Amino acid sequence: MPDPTDVEKARSQRRAWEQNELRDFLERQPESQQEYRSASGLPVQRVYTPEDIADTPFEDIGLPGQYPFLRGPYPTMYRARPWTMRQIAGFGTGPDTNGRFRYLIAQGQTGLSVDFDMPTLMGYDSDDPRSFGEVGREGVAIDTLDDMADLFDGIDLERISVSMTINPSAWILLAMYVALAKSRSLDLAKLSGTTQADILKEYIAQKEWIYPIRPSMRIVRDMIVYGAEHLPRYNPVNISGYHMSEAGATAIQELAFTIANGIAYVEQVAATGLAVDCFAPRLSFYFVAQADFFEEVAKFRAARRIWAKIMKQRFGARKPESMRLRFHCQTAAMTLTKAQPLNNIVRTAFEALSAVLGGAQSLHTNGLDEAYAIPSEMAMKVALRTQQIIAEETRITEVVDPLGGSYYVEAMTNEIEEAVNRILKEVEELGGAVAAIEAGYFQRGLADSAYTSARAQASGKRTVIGVNKYVEAPQKDAIEIHRNDPDVEARQIQRVKAVRASRDNSRVATLLDALAEQARNPSANLMPITIELVEARASMGEIVKRLREVFGSYAESPTF
Amino acid sequence: MARSLRDAGMDVIYTGLHRTPEEVVIAAVQEDVDILGVSVLSGVHLTAFPLIIKLLRDADAEDIAVVAGGLIPDEDVPKLLEMGVARVFSQETPLDSIPQLIRDLVSARGPR
Repeated sequence: MPDPTDVEKARSQRRAWEQNELRDFLERQPESQQEYRSASGLPVQRVYTPEDIADTPFEDIGLPGQYPFLRGPYPTMYRARPWTMRQIAGFGTGPDTNGRFRYLIAQGQTGLSVDFDMPTLMGYDSDDPRSFGEVGREGVAIDTLDDMADLFDGIDLERISVSMTINPSAWILLAMYVALAKSRSLDLAKLSGTTQADILKEYIAQKEWIYPIRPSMRIVRDMIVYGAEHLPRYNPVNISGYHMSEAGATAIQELAFTIANGIAYVEQVAATGLAVDCFAPRLSFYFVAQADFFEEVAKFRAARRIWAKIMKQRFGARKPESMRLRFHCQTAAMTLTKAQPLNNIVRTAFEALSAVLGGAQSLHTNGLDEAYAIPSEMAMKVALRTQQIIAEETRITEVVDPLGGSYYVEAMTNEIEEAVNRILKEVEELGGAVAAIEAGYFQRGLADSAYTSARAQASGKRTVIGVNKYVEAPQKDAIEIHRNDPDVEARQIQRVKAVRASRDNSRVATLLDALAEQARNPSANLMPITIELVEARASMGEIVKRLREVFGSYAESPTF
Repeated sequence: MARSLRDAGMDVIYTGLHRTPEEVVIAAVQEDVDILGVSVLSGVHLTAFPLIIKLLRDADAEDIAVVAGGLIPDEDVPKLLEMGVARVFSQETPLDSIPQLIRDLVSARGPR
């Protein structure tokens, strides 16, 4: 980007500096390490100059809201409005979580995000034996449309966007959401929000699956196609790197694997004949904000440029909306420590800052108590206040992409892009993301990185304040944590039984037969029949179970 | 965790995430293991561990020591030990110390 003569001047000035100022100083005071590397292992120089971005033309950096979107998806970014502050919540029954939502909205939160309990995530009803002990514990329990109605009681779904963290059973939750909106006579075109529904990263990292990979990809396809036809403001899939990072991925792996999965979804949907510009604008992404500040900022920026190029060059997208990557971000739960829990507020604030400097569209900041339990109301409030302080006190929102043009950040962004493209090439050689998962390629990569990182922490090579440095004797009851309601399970089981007793069971049976029939036809879209099923008060577990008879179950050979 | 135990010279059978108490006990008994380690992050430790210990007893495999890890609040640690869990590891337990702690448990049990 810089003028060649400037680069030449910078080179000679740097050489002279190395001979004089630097050499003298190093003799008196050596640096603390022989070499410096980012958390992903990229070499980090002492200082960066125009030489380091000499080969980057300005059009590769460009302007916000313009291809390749390096500087942000929108021209004015946070000057128009700040990112969506979206704290996730979910516990107990629909009414329990509804209370937390109303509290968060009253505190100034601008979007909702739902955490579901393990049975809902895995597609079991609350009264299934496998659900024992898990009902309403890690998230809210949803069995039928009535639970969904209680969850959003009194909340205007045309005005607030709702993100649902749900994967193998996501299509059923989306069906319930649509059915709820219809029952309230809402305009589907005004519904905004997201279902995570990124099944590929489940096989790689989070391990919440029901069916084998290929029928699961078909379900994601059906959601995307249904969304393109009926839900113009809704993101039917949130292609996620977060969980891979939590399972050990480096920033480079997180980005590369996420983009590889994104390519697989685009191919799957494009194979139906739908033009990419009809659905790509609603594909959204979800990344972690880890502790390595500048690497994370560079990662977010690189993500946008890589995706824009792929959509344009590989898939022939023509609409800018198809090329601009929008992402939700969450601070890294993995960096939170049980020791000295108040330190977690500070860690989270720095991670959140990197997300904002990286141009996130929505953000969840973790609670300081999450190494203990799901967050308390107090912890969620501090986390939300952290975002509000960044948005309203620091003034960093006034300039779009304020780190753009930094020799270091641009050089790091370029290096991440190159490293990601190398991995994408390997995935292509394996036959794409689905084949790479089936071959265990991603899973092995994560296991290796997780082990390296655990060893680095164990040896003290990677500092974790309060854990391997500045350690204090543990304090009893340092913080107040969220307490689980012991009666939730019984209450929820009562609810699902009451629904089954009052519905038209023969209609449910007929619809379940129709579902199985359509599932056997690979070109049928399963969304409309699922919407009919949930309207008839079929439970999630019943729908999931019926499709198991058609699709079978996934079995893993775990890698370590 | 699995890899660091393997590197310490142990045979490790890892069954993956989201297994039921029945599944882990069946695997432990079939493989005739010395130690059954279960990580619980979802908060169900107070219902899952008693069930695992009961199932081991029912399978006549009480000599398999059960160790716990994951997100376990401090106040639940004595409860788990009382239920028969041999040892509870926390986020702060140094990775390198775990192989020795496991060897200690096996030698305390004595030969089979």
